[in-house]
Amino acid sequence: MTYTPHKPSLAESSDELRARIPGWGADLDVADRPSVPRERFDLTMSGAHWEHPDRQPEKWPRERSVEHTELPPVFGTTCPPKGLSGAVRKLAYQKYSEGQTAHWLLLVAGDRIDAVESALRSFVTLRPDNPITQTGVIAEVKHHGMSSRLGHNRADVKHHWMDPFIVGAPWAGAAAATYLTARRIRRRP
Amino acid sequence: MRAMVYRGPYRVRVEEKDIPAIEHPNDAIVRVTRAAICGSDLHLYHGMMPDTRVGMTFGHEFIGEVHEVGPSVQNVKPGDRVMVPFNVFCGTCYFCARGLYSNCHNVNPNATAVGGIYGYSHTCGGYDGGQAEYVRVPFADVGPGLIPDWLDDDDAVLLTDALPTGYFGAQLGDIVEGDVVVVYGAGPVGLFAARSAWLMGAGRVIVVDHLDYRLEKAREFAHAETINFTEHRDLVRHLKHLTEGLGTDVAIDAVGAEADGNLLQHVTSAKLKLQGGSPVALNWAIDTVRKGGTVSVVGAYGPLFSAVKFGDAMNKGLTLRMNQCPVKRQWPRLLEHIRNGYFKPSDVVTHQVPLEHIAEGYHMFSAKLDNCIKPIVVTSAA
Repeated sequence: MTYTPHKPSLAESSDELRARIPGWGADLDVADRPSVPRERFDLTMSGAHWEHPDRQPEKWPRERSVEHTELPPVFGTTCPPKGLSGAVRKLAYQKYSEGQTAHWLLLVAGDRIDAVESALRSFVTLRPDNPITQTGVIAEVKHHGMSSRLGHNRADVKHHWMDPFIVGAPWAGAAAATYLTARRIRRRP
Repeated sequence: MRAMVYRGPYRVRVEEKDIPAIEHPNDAIVRVTRAAICGSDLHLYHGMMPDTRVGMTFGHEFIGEVHEVGPSVQNVKPGDRVMVPFNVFCGTCYFCARGLYSNCHNVNPNATAVGGIYGYSHTCGGYDGGQAEYVRVPFADVGPGLIPDWLDDDDAVLLTDALPTGYFGAQLGDIVEGDVVVVYGAGPVGLFAARSAWLMGAGRVIVVDHLDYRLEKAREFAHAETINFTEHRDLVRHLKHLTEGLGTDVAIDAVGAEADGNLLQHVTSAKLKLQGGSPVALNWAIDTVRKGGTVSVVGAYGPLFSAVKFGDAMNKGLTLRMNQCPVKRQWPRLLEHIRNGYFKPSDVVTHQVPLEHIAEGYHMFSAKLDNCIKPIVVTSAA
């Protein structure tokens, strides 16, 4: 068919589809769809009653992309940078633009450091991290973990076995480091 | 207040947090009655999105009641029942002034390439999200919309992202009457994209996934033909065969960063974080759409590079269209369609999860247990 000019015919005509599927063709007119045209200059469309919004107070030096020429007027204030992860994140923002891979790799590294730092910090609180409850693994029992996976030829089951290692690796690493440190201290003359 | 909090990859818990405060004259504080867990929340949950900080509250799909407003807010008042688009946007920057609300330049100091998104890492602005009892909503005169009395909470919460994004995905395909459309992914966004393709006059809609229960939903809810890609050694050849060698006119990627179907791609991205996302579905879209066709991407990917088959896209003369959905532009038409009975958004909801049990909800959704398609989070304020 592709070697000839005509398109393969459809199994159902437009009339048949209109009769079978509620709303078929309601948005047939391409020009009359909500995001058409993609760009339409209209300052009244959004409900804003400002041309440039007021500025939100900056309570700490807010990290920002070097591609921003100024701090945008509104921003999120959750989880300010702290500790080693905060230093890595600040470096990523100060030194590298979004176009540089180092920017993103440093932010990913900051995330991994943050997870370890936060877990360690949690052990000196009344609510230490608990990988059993926090992973919600009890859902395996409550929501048919085995029968949901087995016998369905699911593609994702091939890599589910990796997840406990990804979650457990930092904990196993911390346990190993603690054990080795303790052993070294004990053996010291 | 009680709030979901991220503790590291694959780990979340519920904690006490301060009720958010008004930080800008046009802020509102919304008491959340319904939130949802989105497939793209799983990218955060799995540690894939750079600058996802321990302590952040996720949740970009939520509705609630206005609890408090800042001094310059005119369009909503305490007590109003509102739905909040997942986009944080100012309404008047260069991009918002042109209707590109999802690309706002005034709300995200951390990146210029992406706008603001509630509860979606610092890369998207560092805003806490709505999987909590209360949430700060910036630009309350611009973002939130009043929920019509006739609309149920479970329908309304799906209007904050999943439904508009799916509908937008179909729009980006520039579908014309009689087009053959393939949708990759039978999650909520894919189901809504497939359903919306018919509204735009598609002549044939095919949905591809590997989860039989979701494909069954695609047949029932979206009236689509379905393909389980695990049943075919070569999906591209199979789809070409189904279209008499031509390929489809439009392909919609409603999967994004954690696509299955190629173990190497999945492991290097979702597990090892060496790519911005696993582009299996995107590559299939490129390979199965016809020459001169359109690929629409509404699946979310991270900012790092991904191994995309760009050469094929170029050689085939494809049009690639993509964006985060500017939700508020879709609402009037979608409300009209719901009122006309063309579909009921909450038909895709499979589970209600109390906020206190959200860790189990994340695990269930992530591992696709119990035929989960869309989990809704119910707060004590509901």
